[in-house]
Amino acid sequence: MLNAINQTARRIPAYTIYIAGIALAAWVIFSSLSTPDPAKVLERTLGTRGLQILIATLCITPLRWYGVNLLKFRRALGLMGFMFIALHLTTWVVLDLALRWSEILTELTKRPFIIVGMLAFVALIPLAVTSNNAMIERLGALRWKRLHWLAYPATLAGAVHFVMIGKVYTLESALYFAAVAGLLIARRLKARKKALQTA
Amino acid sequence: MSYLPEYTPADVTPPQMFLNRRALIAGAAALTVASPARAGSPYSTDEVPNTFEDITTYNNYYEFGYDKADPAAYAGKLKTDPWSVVVDGLVDNPGTYSLSDLIAGQPIEERIYRFRCVEAWSMIVPWQGFQLSGLLQKLGVQAGAKYVAFETIVRPDEMPGISGSMIDWPYREGLRLDEAMHPLTIMATGLYGKPMPNQNGAPIRLIVPWKYGFKSVKAIVRISLVAEQPVTTWNTLAANEYGFYANVNPEVDHPRWSQASERRIGGGLFAGRIDTVKFNGYGDQVASLYTGQDLTKDY
Repeated sequence: MLNAINQTARRIPAYTIYIAGIALAAWVIFSSLSTPDPAKVLERTLGTRGLQILIATLCITPLRWYGVNLLKFRRALGLMGFMFIALHLTTWVVLDLALRWSEILTELTKRPFIIVGMLAFVALIPLAVTSNNAMIERLGALRWKRLHWLAYPATLAGAVHFVMIGKVYTLESALYFAAVAGLLIARRLKARKKALQTA
Repeated sequence: MSYLPEYTPADVTPPQMFLNRRALIAGAAALTVASPARAGSPYSTDEVPNTFEDITTYNNYYEFGYDKADPAAYAGKLKTDPWSVVVDGLVDNPGTYSLSDLIAGQPIEERIYRFRCVEAWSMIVPWQGFQLSGLLQKLGVQAGAKYVAFETIVRPDEMPGISGSMIDWPYREGLRLDEAMHPLTIMATGLYGKPMPNQNGAPIRLIVPWKYGFKSVKAIVRISLVAEQPVTTWNTLAANEYGFYANVNPEVDHPRWSQASERRIGGGLFAGRIDTVKFNGYGDQVASLYTGQDLTKDY
């Protein structure tokens, strides 16, 4: 089973993720057009998909502990997650709030859930910028790895942002939050174990 | 049993004719010969109504699910005939009324109203209904009554959103008596000339056009005249976000978003926003109800 997954993964080139991600974004945009409130539907769907993709990205490392090697897809997945979140933010600014800058500024300073979401996005920017071989070389593996720990707080902030939007707490929002928190705790425990073993 | 004793679908103004309302008014003299005269209510807006599809596929009705498409998908299961409404509290004529008995004698007319959701979107809806004041007069409001409380039906077997949600059903709403008696406040039994679609609150719902949509409780099964301000669902869930009054007010933000502007449904992806008007544009008629009240406190 594990072998089958790994072998199939080996045959699929990583760029497939970019093609699939862009196709999905195009589909999300297209299917929003026929809804009564397309700007809101688009904003919500892009944000939700972005969060899901970022959570999937965080799953790649723990999956390796169990012998599933999807590492070559991680960069593409992370970048696609960033693309969805960037489109989500753009939709909010341009289509939902329709470039009403004074209202946008108020939202950015007064609403905790907007601030949390914005912080998540800002934290993703250095990760997206350094998601290439040249930047890994420039930073060195250790510093690059440390920087990319930011993926955890960034995704966690995204999940918190999702929970805070709802008028009521839903199972869906609780699951995203639990998933990111669980992944973060798993990584922490693993790192601790490793530190103890090497000590 | 009909909810629309005075109209049949044949009387309906087709949506495309609504779109030509202004032209229609211009040619009114000619048209009255062709069709029975049906003077528009002075309470109606002359803004172009949203399409029947928009109005019936974009609904907040958590008894059927959290998604706005859920009510259209699942509300078909709700049986609205037979329907009875309990009337109790400080009234002369309490009892359990069949829907037809309850609305008997109430003149049903079309009211084209702006509908502003607390989530900062809005629509224009051509409702059919009658003034709540007429019903309250029929029921006989007693001297001690200060508020009207409403409850929505709870049928977990027919409403898939009920089980597993954290809301304490039934959905409850209420109005101060003077708000309930205001001529703009109607009990709606249809829209676009058709019986009320289930997802919009069939068979009978409240419409209070100067308040956020959540005040306009759907599928009403209980009307109580009471002395004290009634407990209401959203106010109980988050009192700092949803007040009892819930008057549309661009000056009082929802804690999580601005109420200064709204997205008018139906304009497409690039529709942008329009400014929200205090009391949803009905200030001339209703602002006097709140004289002396601080609406930043009584939000």
